[in-house]
Amino acid sequence: MTAEAVRAKKPRQIDDGVIRNLGLVGVLIILVVIGIVTRPELYSDPTWVRNNVLTILQQASAIGVVTVGMTFVIIGGGIDLSVGAIIALSGVWATTLATQSYGAAGMIFTALVVGVAVGVVNGVLISYGRLVPFIATLAMLVSARGLAAQISGKQTQVSANDTINNIASTKLIGIPLLVWMLAAVVAAGWVLLNRTTFGRRTVAVGGNPEAARLAGINVKRHTLMLYALSGLCCGIAAIMLTSQATSAQAAMANLYELDAIAAAIIGGTLLSGGRGTIVGALFGVLVFSTITNLFAINNLSTEVQNMVKGGIIVAAVLIQQFRYRSLTQLLKR
Amino acid sequence: MSAPGATGAAVPGAAPVLRLTDVVKTFPGVRALDGVQLEVNEGEVHCLLGQNGAGKSTLIKVLAGVHHADSGEISWLGEPFAPATPQAAMRAGIATIYQELDLVDDLSVAENAFLGHEESRFGFTRRRSSAAKTRQILARLGHPEIPARRLVKHLPAAGKQIVSMARALSHDARLIVMDEPSAVLAHDEVANLFRIIRELTAQGIAVIYISHRLAEIREIGDRVTVLKDGRTTAANLPARTTPTRELVGKMTGRSIEYVFPPRRPRDETEPILVVAGLTRHGEFADATLAVAPGEIVGIAGLVGSGRSELLETIFGARRPDSGTVTMDGRRVTGVGGAVARGIGMAPEERKSQALLLDEPVYKNMTLASFSGFAHGGFTDTRDERAAALKTADLLELRPRDVDRPVRTLSGGNQQKVVVGRWLLGGTKLLLLDEPTRGVDVGARAELYQVIRGLAEDGVAVLLVSSEVPEVLGLADRVLVMREGRLIHEAPADELDEDTVLDLVMAGSLLEGEPA
Repeated sequence: MTAEAVRAKKPRQIDDGVIRNLGLVGVLIILVVIGIVTRPELYSDPTWVRNNVLTILQQASAIGVVTVGMTFVIIGGGIDLSVGAIIALSGVWATTLATQSYGAAGMIFTALVVGVAVGVVNGVLISYGRLVPFIATLAMLVSARGLAAQISGKQTQVSANDTINNIASTKLIGIPLLVWMLAAVVAAGWVLLNRTTFGRRTVAVGGNPEAARLAGINVKRHTLMLYALSGLCCGIAAIMLTSQATSAQAAMANLYELDAIAAAIIGGTLLSGGRGTIVGALFGVLVFSTITNLFAINNLSTEVQNMVKGGIIVAAVLIQQFRYRSLTQLLKR
Repeated sequence: MSAPGATGAAVPGAAPVLRLTDVVKTFPGVRALDGVQLEVNEGEVHCLLGQNGAGKSTLIKVLAGVHHADSGEISWLGEPFAPATPQAAMRAGIATIYQELDLVDDLSVAENAFLGHEESRFGFTRRRSSAAKTRQILARLGHPEIPARRLVKHLPAAGKQIVSMARALSHDARLIVMDEPSAVLAHDEVANLFRIIRELTAQGIAVIYISHRLAEIREIGDRVTVLKDGRTTAANLPARTTPTRELVGKMTGRSIEYVFPPRRPRDETEPILVVAGLTRHGEFADATLAVAPGEIVGIAGLVGSGRSELLETIFGARRPDSGTVTMDGRRVTGVGGAVARGIGMAPEERKSQALLLDEPVYKNMTLASFSGFAHGGFTDTRDERAAALKTADLLELRPRDVDRPVRTLSGGNQQKVVVGRWLLGGTKLLLLDEPTRGVDVGARAELYQVIRGLAEDGVAVLLVSSEVPEVLGLADRVLVMREGRLIHEAPADELDEDTVLDLVMAGSLLEGEPA
């Protein structure tokens, strides 16, 4: 009887997240249309279009991976301002001459371990040291980059490892390996959030920490794991960026924290925690990289681009505050 | 003091300054005030008496301009009165001292006294003149020793009370509403509070005094108005001579009979929960109790008596200063351990402590057990839904839809979700803190059935409620808690409501009341 009853449930109303994602798809389409209108001669060449799409995706890959981790942290009620700095530290540590002597596996291992370790430090400070996430990760932002500069002696460290360097140029079935990596991380993130106990705990901890605690969930340990997860994503991103540049330096992945937070928020993640989607976050990232691309193909400066980005972030948060119903109320007036 | 009010008549020659007629205030789903009559004379201490939820707080907020009455008449100094904002009420001469002192810790005494109506010239605050005026007021209150420039956070509780009162006087108030002003005070400080109140009334200022302590009402009050379920059940009783029994009867005389499921005789069994000497300084002390499987034990006590804190400590959510909690022969030290031993808790603040309001019913029900449904870390929402639906049927959840966000459910059904959470986990001991708060009457009877049914299935239940009839009707055994101590224990059928209320309210600070 129960199984039947479960199946017989009434059709669910389309939920918020889907509407928002449709909206983001709409934004993407508008951006493409702007591209077609401004540079029709480029869009008339199918090969260029195909390559351009792959370029956009490839540019979105590293920041996309970071955004997945960031989305988990934000849904869990925190924030991680140190992601860019963690990438820099992971990248630099993985490309020291000593690390490079262990080969590609050693470099990848180092990048991941450094990322996770820094994430764990963030998590311990926040969970057990009871620091506000904003402060703890802000301090980490400064000190991790400082350490990266110290290790690299402020020099660009060139990667001499072909396996690493080839990651960025390898294609599988015509699609760059970096894009596959992003796809894999997004898929894993989606499953983790929506189909596992870890994901369920994340939503509970961010949505109502007291209720989660009184339901027997170890809120502190879970919070720690969220920052470790974010660190892991940064480690992966560090490898991707190092491969793309065939080098690493202390200034790499500058302001990634801003892009990742913005993408997660635009994707519908509630800044106060408890709600968010991985797919939305991916769309958020794609919107940003498409804008970047749009400016690039029109030969416009990055300054204008930054201003537009800021405007989009504000608009997205405004929409999040008003939400659909209050917006219609506003229009009725 | 031999006030003429003791006769029950209005003070001779003193005109009523405030009169409320049939005042009604509704909130979504609740009729907080349902026809309140109140008459306060110049220079009188008028006491408001009523159980929790009787509408006292709503009433004073209406007077203070925080809430607005839906209907009924309020006249103040002979004029119709409907303050739009708290500022308007203060300008009209009504000042309110709230139970939770609304002082800003990091401002000085003078700044707090004049908060919201700072003396200023061209936008600059006139600190010296404010301080001088504050000193005058403090002197008038008999506390010239409080430095006007000291930060409020450095003052003891009694000092903060004085500052609150200074703020009321800084408005030239003609009526001061005091919501349980003695709750935070020690014995000699209460005496000083009363001295101040007498000075105020001697100057013609009227005082509305709210307290749970009958003894205080006897000492300071002139007349008493009793509220019950948002209605005035008795007005202008003489404070000194009305028998306790009558006052208590007016407070509790139930308008609705709750339907309690019958108790069944139980075999004597070994207790499953044993609490020994549990203490948290400043909250409760030396709590010792035991609950057996299939038994419902009720703790009767007022808000602030330490009962919720006791429950949370048993659950491991607060760390005890001393004492032990033993479940099934094993110590419980944290929430994780408590849940693992089969303890479940439905906390007092349902929304903030128990529910993920935007998440569907089934996810809320499985919040403590979803790991048990999972396979290798992957959640099984199908099984969760099915189990939640089964529990929903057991609890008669309405609507019968486990995919609905909990936010859209009524209070009673939200409570069922919280209780259902622990049924799914195979809970052996259920801690219920005010399980029927905000639950309508029909749903209450259902919840009582559910709780009794659980006990009959062998679950031990420890229940806390400030509604004495609920504790008496539902529990097998009753513990009475007052000011952090369990002061009485008896089988529920050997107690009656008046006895428990006497125990709960007895003037613990000033003993010796006329009965």
